[in-house]
Amino acid sequence: MKFLFRYIKPFTKIMLVGFLIKCTGTLIELALPYILSHILDDVVPNDGRLSMIILWGGVMIACSLIALVCNVKANRMASKVARDCTEQIRHDLFYRTMTLSGRQIDAFTVPSLESRITTDTYNVQDFIGKIQRLGVRAPLLLLGGIIVTLVMDPFLSLVMLAVLPVIFAVVYFVSLWGVRLYKNVQKSVDGMIRVVREDSQGIRVIKALSRVEREHQRYDKVNKKLVSDEKKANLTLGFVNPVMNLLMNLGITFVVLLGAYRVMGRKTDPGVIIAFTQYFTMISTATLSITRIFMMYTRSTASAGRIQQVVDSPKELTALSEADYPIKDENGYIVFENVSFSYGGKGHHLKNISFSLPRGQTLGIIGGTGSGKTTLINLLMRVYDINSGSIRIGGRDIRTFDGGELHRKFGIAMQNDFLYSDTIEENIRFGRELSHEDIVRAAKIAQADEFISASSEGYSRILSPKATNLSGGQKQRLLIARALAARPQILILDDSSSALDYRTDSNLRAAIAQNLENTTLIVVAQRVSSVMNCDLILVLDEGEIIGMGKHAQLLENCPVYREISDSQMGGSFVE
Amino acid sequence: MNKIIHSEKPKSGHVFVRLLGYMLKFWPLTLTGIAFSLLSNYLALLGPRYLGAAIDAISDKNGVQMDVVMFNFWRMLLCYVISAVLAYLLTVVMVHLSQKITYRMRKQLFENLTVLPVSYFDTHTTGDIISRISYDIDTVNATLSTDLVQVLTSIYSVLGSLYFMFVISKPLILIFAVTVPISVIFTKIKAKKIQPLFRKRSRKLGEMNGFAEEMLSGAKTINAYDQAENVTAKFDKRNKAAVDSYYDAEYYGAMIGPSVNFINNLSLSLIMIFGGVLYLLSQNGTVAAGTIWFITLGGVTQFVMYSRKFSGPINEFANIVSEFQSAFTAAERIFRIIDEKPEPADKENAVKISDAAGDVELKDVEFGYLPEKIVLHDLSLHAKPGQTVAIVGPTGAGKTTIINLLMRFYDVNSGEIFVDNNEIRNIARDSLRNNYTMVLQDTWLFYGTIRENITYGRDDATFEDVVAAAKAAKIHSYIERLPDGYDTLLSDDGVNISKGQKQLITIARAMLPKSKMLILDEATSNVDSRTEIQIQDAMSELMKGRTCFVIAHRLSTIQNADIILVVKDGNVIEQGNHEELLRQNGFYAALYNSQFS
Repeated sequence: MKFLFRYIKPFTKIMLVGFLIKCTGTLIELALPYILSHILDDVVPNDGRLSMIILWGGVMIACSLIALVCNVKANRMASKVARDCTEQIRHDLFYRTMTLSGRQIDAFTVPSLESRITTDTYNVQDFIGKIQRLGVRAPLLLLGGIIVTLVMDPFLSLVMLAVLPVIFAVVYFVSLWGVRLYKNVQKSVDGMIRVVREDSQGIRVIKALSRVEREHQRYDKVNKKLVSDEKKANLTLGFVNPVMNLLMNLGITFVVLLGAYRVMGRKTDPGVIIAFTQYFTMISTATLSITRIFMMYTRSTASAGRIQQVVDSPKELTALSEADYPIKDENGYIVFENVSFSYGGKGHHLKNISFSLPRGQTLGIIGGTGSGKTTLINLLMRVYDINSGSIRIGGRDIRTFDGGELHRKFGIAMQNDFLYSDTIEENIRFGRELSHEDIVRAAKIAQADEFISASSEGYSRILSPKATNLSGGQKQRLLIARALAARPQILILDDSSSALDYRTDSNLRAAIAQNLENTTLIVVAQRVSSVMNCDLILVLDEGEIIGMGKHAQLLENCPVYREISDSQMGGSFVE
Repeated sequence: MNKIIHSEKPKSGHVFVRLLGYMLKFWPLTLTGIAFSLLSNYLALLGPRYLGAAIDAISDKNGVQMDVVMFNFWRMLLCYVISAVLAYLLTVVMVHLSQKITYRMRKQLFENLTVLPVSYFDTHTTGDIISRISYDIDTVNATLSTDLVQVLTSIYSVLGSLYFMFVISKPLILIFAVTVPISVIFTKIKAKKIQPLFRKRSRKLGEMNGFAEEMLSGAKTINAYDQAENVTAKFDKRNKAAVDSYYDAEYYGAMIGPSVNFINNLSLSLIMIFGGVLYLLSQNGTVAAGTIWFITLGGVTQFVMYSRKFSGPINEFANIVSEFQSAFTAAERIFRIIDEKPEPADKENAVKISDAAGDVELKDVEFGYLPEKIVLHDLSLHAKPGQTVAIVGPTGAGKTTIINLLMRFYDVNSGEIFVDNNEIRNIARDSLRNNYTMVLQDTWLFYGTIRENITYGRDDATFEDVVAAAKAAKIHSYIERLPDGYDTLLSDDGVNISKGQKQLITIARAMLPKSKMLILDEATSNVDSRTEIQIQDAMSELMKGRTCFVIAHRLSTIQNADIILVVKDGNVIEQGNHEELLRQNGFYAALYNSQFS
């Protein structure tokens, strides 16, 4: 909650004004039953003037109007505060999320980050909005109501004070219990949905094996479980309303009975009893609201905590001092020296990686899934920090660059990389300051210009989310164009031409060689044919370099490379 | 996969009647519910009556009539207690009723779903189906079980309160000539002005969430291109739109609560003015007892209480109407699945084949997912028992089409397909499919143990059979090493089992049946080379002695195939064996040569 105050603080003044307005409105509303009893007990029997009744009635209407105006105004102010707070919280959260290190993203996981931005900020917004309304109104109605009734008739108000804690306890505990039961329901819902999802996806297998009948039984089981859980939860929560109504009505009933004795002893007036019935309704509603606030408070505290975890997570991957890591004068442009690394600090995902690549040359990395190819790229771009060793570009340790400076050296295209719903041009430009000519040039090199220009909208064609309106090969060419567009010093193609047919692939390689002479190229692949022409090839297996050299050398002295080459050149036909 | 564009046309009109049908199906519960509801509300309405009587007895000119007060006290007590008990019983009844209805709806929906043609699943997303079976059914159910009863009882409450108020004081009723129109106008404003704003608010929030989701999926790339600032600026725009539309909605939404209170307070004030005047005139004898103008203090109290019971439902009316609307929309979506045509039934004289020898012949087959877009023209081929047909072509070229036809997931437009000289449309669908064994690329495993997953399709398989199958699929030793062995639960969050191992388990599943025809997708995506070799071995094992239709990726399979179908853009463009096709020097030859460029 402390976290939220940080954001609420700038709005203290406006909130205070809103608070005062809300108080005024609520207090005025509280006066209504009081005036009512005044009319019935004093004006009618003692004064007896019609004009006075109309006057006091007019006061009631005026009070209702003032209450209306005040409450609407205060509610609107509350929404404004909620709006501005949430905007700021979301901004900070989103920005921080986008600047998390790779390690942090893995630790939080993407779905969790997603729900923090969506559900959690929504909960917080809801809470900030409602707490300013209900949080003022309900306690005020409760307290005010109790005070007014105590003033009117302390004895009768004892009935109320006796009933309230019971109402509160019942509502609170039943709701708590209900929440727990609803968790079961949610689990059962998940179970049911799982069967539906599995069967929708596996319908061919199910039909092929004539298992429809069995699936009906399987579904029936989860359906029955869900129904019985729902029953339990609903029966429990269904308890609240009748009990609350009963307690409230019992309170009124007893007020009438005790009131009768009080009137008999001339200690109170009949109008007071009527006013009490009004206050009773008000106060019970307030009690219900307060219970709701409690529930909301717990939920939004959890949400605020989850947001804070991200926003206040320590900044990682900051630049280290160049004094500690002096520039080395060396031949290689990209140098790995005894680099070891593991995700999450356990085991070894890369072990003792050392190699050196001169400027302008091409590096090929090959290996099966899980061999550490992509990890190596991630380390080079400092998505993660290495555990030991050092990585240098142009003699300078990559940890001494600030993030932007380092990343601007690279252009990278990964397999299944990120395309989003915007124009093709924007997807290639990706926020950088590039002219239209740059974009077209990049698209031409990436062999993408042809299919882009084939559509009537050309570069302003809008992609669907995740670019589902493009084929796999088209997507890859766009990603490559993006990677090329800013003329990077180092171009990385991470398994990014697997969906291209042979002609396009070889055209692409030729175009890159022709147009990007000074660019150092890194190609990551599972296919030997993609790396065989590289100046240096690394063969990775389970995080270690098991072969290094040119194609011909490796064929000779790296058995695994030879095996892969044999199986692929003779084995794999079409992807 | 080719998509069929379905034009879903709503079958409106009968939705309401059909929904009522569900309630009538369980009419004893429905009737009991209505009875409880009426009774409970009747008693709740009686309460203020006795309260008024008690107040009158208290404010009697001749002093408090204690016996009358006591009498009414007991009557109130009894009324409220019984009413509360009935109200809870009503809840019990309604919960049971609604669970019966949901159970039935979910069951109908699911069971119809499973007999739909495969094309339905090709054209509808799983997410859509799930949202119908969970969210839509819940919506309908909430309306049936809660709102319907609420409407019935509120009509009753409104009429009952009106009646009692009429009995107490006819002139005071005129106050509602002021407040009811205000309510109505307010409701109209709410429906017209505020609800669209709330819809806009949800939409904008959805857009922002969608954007956040999209960008999050690319967080690492965004970081690599140093675009956090830019993307955040874009997010801010959507964030602003979301919070602004939140505020716009709340700006008017903030009126709802206070306005409802205001209308209540206004009617309270008006009752006090006119009721107070009448009470005064009654007190000082200007109006005589028995005339319509006469009112007691108890009468005023009762009137106030009934006025609340009267206006409550009226304020709620708009909400309930909109809930009904959304329930009808949801119901329509549910009924659309329930009404969807299942796979056509087998012909009456359909033969059952068992242990087909595996002789498959296609004669002049023509087929298109859309009638106007034919993708297979005049395809003819004859696979004799034990032969292999390799289907070759780039991704997305329509290789699965042929498999869809063989398994009768789709029926041909014209031409014929024979299995052992029986036209497949004359064969009972189940028995046709049972004669095939199928291994697809997207491995399908369900929540259950490994053993259950392997025996799926063969309930009679013994444990020895399972082990033998797993051994043949080269997955036995891996399973053995798991802590729970064959009883290991395959769940989303359970053991971490790789894609390759999943594929091996589905191959083991395919090893069990001894059918003579095999459909196989060789693609092994995203597995490391070692597992890939294992999978290839297992697949070769599987192909032995069967008539095979293989979506082929490996050169050895293709070279050894008896018939190669080359598929491109949905059409079979070349057909023949390896040597023949190379001699044709067409697309196949180009593909083949590209391997060595």
